Order: sequence, then C-alpha cells, then structure tokens
Amino acid sequence: MRKTLLAAVGAAFLFTAPASASDNAPKEILNVSYDIARELYAAINPKFQAYWKDKTGQDIDIKQSHAGSSKQARAIMQGLKADIVTFNQVLDVQVLADRGGFVSKSWQQDLPNNASPYFSLPAFLVREGNPKGIKDWSDLVRDDVKLVFPNPKTSGNARYTYLAAYAYALEQNGGDDAKAREFVGKLLSNVAVFDTGGRGATTSFVEREIGDVLITFEAEVENIRAKYGEDEYQRVVPSISLLAEFPVALVKKVAEKRGSVDVSKAYLDYLYSEEAQEIIASFNNRVHNETVKAKYAENFPEVRLIRVEDVFGSWDKANKTHFAEGGVLDQVFTGN
Amino acid sequence: MTAPSSTPPITNPQVLALLRQKARKRAVLIVVALLFAALVMALPVIAIFARAFQEGFEVYSANITTPDTLHAIWLTVLTALIVLPINLIYGIAVSWAIVHYRFPGRRALQIIIELPFSISPIVAGLCYLLIYGATGVVGSWLDGWDIQLMFNLFGIVLVSLFVTCPFVARELIPLMEISGQDQEEAALTLGATGWQTFRHVTLPKIKWALLYGAILANARVIGEFGAVSVVSGNIRGETMTLPLQVQLLYNDYNATGAFAAATVLTVIAVITLVLRSTIEARHPHEHA
Repeated sequence: MRKTLLAAVGAAFLFTAPASASDNAPKEILNVSYDIARELYAAINPKFQAYWKDKTGQDIDIKQSHAGSSKQARAIMQGLKADIVTFNQVLDVQVLADRGGFVSKSWQQDLPNNASPYFSLPAFLVREGNPKGIKDWSDLVRDDVKLVFPNPKTSGNARYTYLAAYAYALEQNGGDDAKAREFVGKLLSNVAVFDTGGRGATTSFVEREIGDVLITFEAEVENIRAKYGEDEYQRVVPSISLLAEFPVALVKKVAEKRGSVDVSKAYLDYLYSEEAQEIIASFNNRVHNETVKAKYAENFPEVRLIRVEDVFGSWDKANKTHFAEGGVLDQVFTGN
Repeated sequence: MTAPSSTPPITNPQVLALLRQKARKRAVLIVVALLFAALVMALPVIAIFARAFQEGFEVYSANITTPDTLHAIWLTVLTALIVLPINLIYGIAVSWAIVHYRFPGRRALQIIIELPFSISPIVAGLCYLLIYGATGVVGSWLDGWDIQLMFNLFGIVLVSLFVTCPFVARELIPLMEISGQDQEEAALTLGATGWQTFRHVTLPKIKWALLYGAILANARVIGEFGAVSVVSGNIRGETMTLPLQVQLLYNDYNATGAFAAATVLTVIAVITLVLRSTIEARHPHEHA
C-alpha cells in the first residue's frame, strides 16, 4: 500500500512538472471548444500560427479540446487549463464569468458582435427533391411529416430548434402563448425519434433513414450534405429562425497565470480577421465581415433571425420557463 | 453419447422416442448457442474489420498513422504500463494482508476492494473530479502548489487504477486462502529472509493467478471509456486514449478512422483472450 502511494505521488510530480513549467513566452495555448468544431479550428490554427510567427517571430502551438460545451465549462472550473474558450452556448461562457471569475464579467463587450465571431441558425435537412414540400416551420406540424431532432432536455442544439419553433408560432399568432404551446406540442408529437445529441439524430436520419426532416444548425446541415451526398439531401432555410451565437472568450484566470494573455487575445481577435472569417464561412457558418459575406452570399439564403433575448428575455429565463423540470416543454409533452 | 456400432440396434419404441427427443434438444441447443455467438459476438467484430478496410488498406493505414491516433495508441499503452505494476504490487500486498493478518477493519477492507466493480465508471470519474479537481477537497489544496491532477496523464492513470484494482486481489485471495502459509512458515524457520520466502515460495504458488488477474486488469485499462472520459479533458493529441479517440473520430463523421482505431482495440482484446485461454488451459485449477 505504502509503495503504491509513494509511486503515485512520485508520478504526480513527474507528470505535472513539465506541464506547469512556464517560460516567459508561452509555447502553447489550449483552445477548449465544443464537439463539432474540430475541423474548423484544425483549418484556422495553422493560419494563425503563420500570422503569429510573422508578427512576433514566436512559434505557438495550439492544442484543441472538443466535447459538449457544458461539460467543457465544468472541466475548466475543475482545473482544465484553457487559455481560451470557443463555445456554442452563451450560458456556458457566462457560467465561467459568474463562478470563480475565469472569464471577465464584461466578456460579451470585450469583442465585437457579443463576442461571437460567427453565427448560425436552426435549419432543415430534407431528402432529395424535398418530397414532402417542406418550406417553413408550419409544414413541420403537418400530420404526414415525421421529424428528427435531439431531445431538448439533453441537447443544446435541440433547444435552439424548440425555441425557434416557439418564436415562429408566437409571431404567427400575434404573441398568443397558448397557441404557441399548442404548436410546439404538435411539433414534438411529430418527432419520430429523440436522440440524446446531434450526432445521434444525424445517424437516425441518414443511416437509419428515419423521418422526413432533420433539424439542426445550418452549418451542420451542410456538413452532413458534404459527408453523405450533396445530391441526396437538400437544405431548407425557414422564413424565421433563431440566432445561434458561437461565443468566444479569454479565460483570463488561466492565461494570466500562464503568461499567455497576449497570444490568446491575438487568437480571438484573429477569428474576426478576413482570413479567418473566410475559413469560417467555408465551413458554412455565417459571418459578419462584409467582404466575406458578399463573396459567400449565395451560400446563405436570406432569413430573419430572432434573438433569444428579444423573445424570451434571456437564455437563463428561457431555460427556467421551458426546459426546467415541470416547465413548458414537460407540459406540452404530457399534453399529447 | 453416440452408440458404438457393435451394440445391437435399439428396437424399444419408447427408448427410440426418448433418444430422438434428446437428439432434437441437442440440435436446438447447439444451433441457438452458435447463432447467438455468431450474431452477438463474431459478426460485430468482423464488421469492425470489414468497415475499417472498406476503402482499402492504404486508407486504413493512413488512418491508423495520423499523429492523433498514434498518440492515442501510445497513451493507452503508456497508461497500461504504469497501471499494471502498481496493480500487481497493490494486489499482492492487499491479498497478503487480508489472508494472513487479523486486524480491525479487515472485513471493511475486503468489501472496499470490491467497490470499483459495483460503481459505474462514469460515477467513479466524477468522484475523482470532485476530490482531485481544482475545486475539490484535495485538488484545491494541490492547486495552491500548482499541481494539477486531473485532465492529464495522471488523472487518466488514477481512474484507471480505480477501475482495475480489484482484479489481481480477486484472483489471489481465494488461492492464498486455500494454500495457507505453512510453506512460508517453514521457509522462515529454515532461515530464509522475507524476500527469499516471497521470491521462492509464495511467488511460484501465485504466479498464474497473478498473471491471470493482470491480464484481466490490462484489458480493462485499455478499454476503459466512461471514467477516463470524465477526467481526460479531451485534449487532442495529448489526453485522448484509444476508446475516446474512436468516439471522437466517429463524431467527426470519420467512420473509417473510427473503425480503424477500433481494430487496434479489437486486436488487443483478441490477444488478451488468447493469453487468457492459454493460461486457463494449462493451469485450470490454479486460479479458482
């Protein structure tokens, strides 16, 4: 027993020592990100490395960690040494600001566009030729249409879908809450299979060929088409959808300690540069840079985007009203 | 079971009916067993290889040799290399203590060492995070010294130890209980040192059980997903073990890469199985 303990403690020093040794100029930074952003950042990182080398003469290695963004936020609070976060949920960055001061309180003002270098929206993926003639949210509540999207209880992606549908119904019915509930209730009853996450829903729709419409982020819709056949699937963008921001922030508590504030900030700023915005747009995310926007205009059909804050007050409020135990989601579900 | 040709043919209709019934039962059981084994066990394994090689050997080897997957293989092997010796030492020590000594808390110890078998790995991972994470009881103290235990190799080793530590002790304790300590006492009275006694008397008795336990523990370390997933931090090319890498590649729509990585895990599993069967065949009674 004692030997085991000694060995374990010895090993602890052995393995942590190199990781915590920090020189003046950091050799690497860690970007903690959401689960489906791997290829995007794999494309951006080498460009930033070249840019940084050019600017400062220093070599920088960018490590990537990808998992569900709530899990990632918890990991950072438990000691995962992230210099920056690039998430797909505003609340997951906010929690880092609220608890333990990992992120500055004013993080959303520190960078342009609410610290969101790109954005997307829930859109539809339908089968070749759009056999059910899906055009907008109203088609999704028809009796002959079967839907696939993950469970809003477990998936951030599906929460966007749910809230987008709700916001659409509110608009159509002059803000009538009861009618909106009825609408999302019908929508939920049309779901053929509730997977726990976006990847599972994709498998159900594409590989198991369940349902007529898969609802997920527009960028993901295009990724699926690219992987499974541009001709076999079509994208449908509804008239109204919900703005899905992809917030980024400096984890100052870690970066200050590691002396990586400069390079981390530069990395975040770089995400707004034309070079990076072009890469981001090529991965089917919508961007703010006007030149890039014009260049990729035909990839991104017009859509009116609603902010969660404008319809539901805030993400926090929307979560409490709709997704908490006994919330609207539970009520309309059991109402069926 | 089959009647030799020299015996006279059976003519009693009742006996014949009984025999036919027996043959039917036999056939049904064999078919069910084979079908089950084929559908549930063999087919999925074959499917892994079929899918991995679907796009040809070139694509397969390109997938295996990407730096991230190579690193995942290395990290998995490294974890096993660290965990295994610790497991052996711990297993022998704890078995020896439980079998040969009577002390307060012995019963409790016996129960505690079995605990990892009944706790879900993901819960185990969360427990470690709760204690050794930066906000945990021990973790926050260590954090003050700039020592980080989670989200690196150390965290992975720690949870791997947790999920595998019962294996060796579980094999050793019954064996040691049966064989007693007469031989050790004899060796000691004849003037052997403690180490000599262990080396020449105890070790030969327990070596097969020890090896058997080690192989089981090793298989578990290499395949562990849940506990490792919680404490790994998912840093690509740094803290991804093979099972995590398989999931990551699959989520990236890189099914071929995922299945290629899975073949490595499968090969390790098959080697383990062969080693295990060999030991079982040669020493059927030595690991109760």
